[in-house]
Amino acid sequence: MRVVIAEDLALLRDGLIRLLSAHGFEVVEAVDNAPMLLTALMEQTPDVAVIDVRLPPTYTDEGLRTALEARRRRPGLPVLILSQYVEQLYARELLSDRSGGIGYLLKDRIGDVAEFVESVRRVADGGTAMDAEVISQLLTRRSRDEPLAELTTREREVLALMAEGLSNLAIAARFGVTDKAIGKHTNNIFAKLGLPPSDDHNRRVMAVLAYLEAGPVSPDPQKRRSGLA
Amino acid sequence: MPLNAILGVAVLLAWVPGIRAALVSLQRAWAGAALGRTVPARAPGPRVPAWLAINAVVGPALLVAVFVVVTNTVGVLFRLQPMRNSPSVTLTLSLALLTLSALALAIAALMGLAEARLAELLLGDGGSLAQRVRELTASRAAAVDARAAELRRIERDLHDGAQARLIAVRMNLGLARSADDPEQARKLIEEAWESAGQALADLRDLVRGIHPPVLADRGLAGAIEAAALLCPVPVTTDLVLTGRPEPPVESALYFAAVEAMSNVTKHSQATRAWVRLRSTGHGIRLVVGDDGRGGADRAAGTGLRGIAERLSAFDGTLTVQSPPGGPTVLTMELPCAL
Repeated sequence: MRVVIAEDLALLRDGLIRLLSAHGFEVVEAVDNAPMLLTALMEQTPDVAVIDVRLPPTYTDEGLRTALEARRRRPGLPVLILSQYVEQLYARELLSDRSGGIGYLLKDRIGDVAEFVESVRRVADGGTAMDAEVISQLLTRRSRDEPLAELTTREREVLALMAEGLSNLAIAARFGVTDKAIGKHTNNIFAKLGLPPSDDHNRRVMAVLAYLEAGPVSPDPQKRRSGLA
Repeated sequence: MPLNAILGVAVLLAWVPGIRAALVSLQRAWAGAALGRTVPARAPGPRVPAWLAINAVVGPALLVAVFVVVTNTVGVLFRLQPMRNSPSVTLTLSLALLTLSALALAIAALMGLAEARLAELLLGDGGSLAQRVRELTASRAAAVDARAAELRRIERDLHDGAQARLIAVRMNLGLARSADDPEQARKLIEEAWESAGQALADLRDLVRGIHPPVLADRGLAGAIEAAALLCPVPVTTDLVLTGRPEPPVESALYFAAVEAMSNVTKHSQATRAWVRLRSTGHGIRLVVGDDGRGGADRAAGTGLRGIAERLSAFDGTLTVQSPPGGPTVLTMELPCAL
């Protein structure tokens, strides 16, 4: 599996190269700034890119913006964004094109090597890997008159794990039930959120997005999103 | 001279407090009219007697000077008897007299202004400048206090959080290094791994409280939007700025917005809230409203006072409209260049 890495701190860049190489990835290019990242993504067309959100030249959210730009040019290009902190705002932007292959994780998670490698693979396969912290931030919110309010407690729990990117089988293992039981829950969730039948991958992304978007009410969400570019 | 006697009596009378107060306020009103601005009263002090003393000397001296000039001019005119002399002498004298009169009028006007300024200086409170110095002193003290408290908090958080956890990490790794039993070493490494993760989480929270990364990334509008996403009460946002203010101003307004939203969550029992951010002609206006129970009072809690203090460091103001029963609207205005 071919991977491009973007990380400006040499210490972490080398660590990522070593870690991913040791787990069967082929690191085709490792860059330390945003302009070179965009070029690498366009020229190498990797199976997945692991990108630090903060990159030169501005040291703000250059990595995220470059990833979004790359996905505009190559829809569905799998990217996993790493950051020292997570923002729901960014999670929503990453998922907003609804085409999957998105990861957004705290850098801490690299420390859990097996799980991290699994997340990179999942993103490369078009799945999602949302950090548990994004989800836990959402859980602090009160329930409101919104589609999510119709979900049962268990369905919310399943949706939260779905948002992290877990498969039905993995969710079933967490709850100690069969994956068939989880399948019933996910179908209920899709129905309650009004998601039309489509391939399972896509519907999962949509459900996660619905979860993230059940946040503040904006008079014109479309305008708000385009204003960020 | 009778005139001087009258003045002397006036000055003597002016030492009687009631009359003096009336004189002072009369003089202040007159000075205000002459200068085209109000001259606010100052607290009684040594300056009022100084004003009286100066007037007691300068007033009669001026009268004497005017008397001398007028009598001498009239004397000169009589002695030259211009009517009997040639027209050229008459013309020269007339011109000289006119010039003298104009000069006298100009001097009188200047003297009047000087006296008004003197009255303002000695009887007024020093005007807006003194007021401004008082405000600045207060806001600077508040800013310094807030900064000191903030640093203490950061120090304590580091000491009890990340620092302590890293000590635990090192301790566990040290034990693991010298452990004979591989199974025990593995356990110790596992613990060190956990502690390192918690240290990271602590540092992350700390950084968010000092300067939220999203504020640096996205500016004020983006950061308020991100904070609104985390607010338990649904928030409608309408955030438009024409430029990017200085980082300290951004930070003050960001934390003011966060504090306002946290107030909504904690106290208002609102079902909806809204935030509006706009550039005005000479700064930024941030309005946070909710449909809650109202009754917010800046004297009651530290939240609103904290917002007002944050803003006052930049000459910003907080206006609270919150009748009992609601709704509550906080208007924050801060002058700055955009």
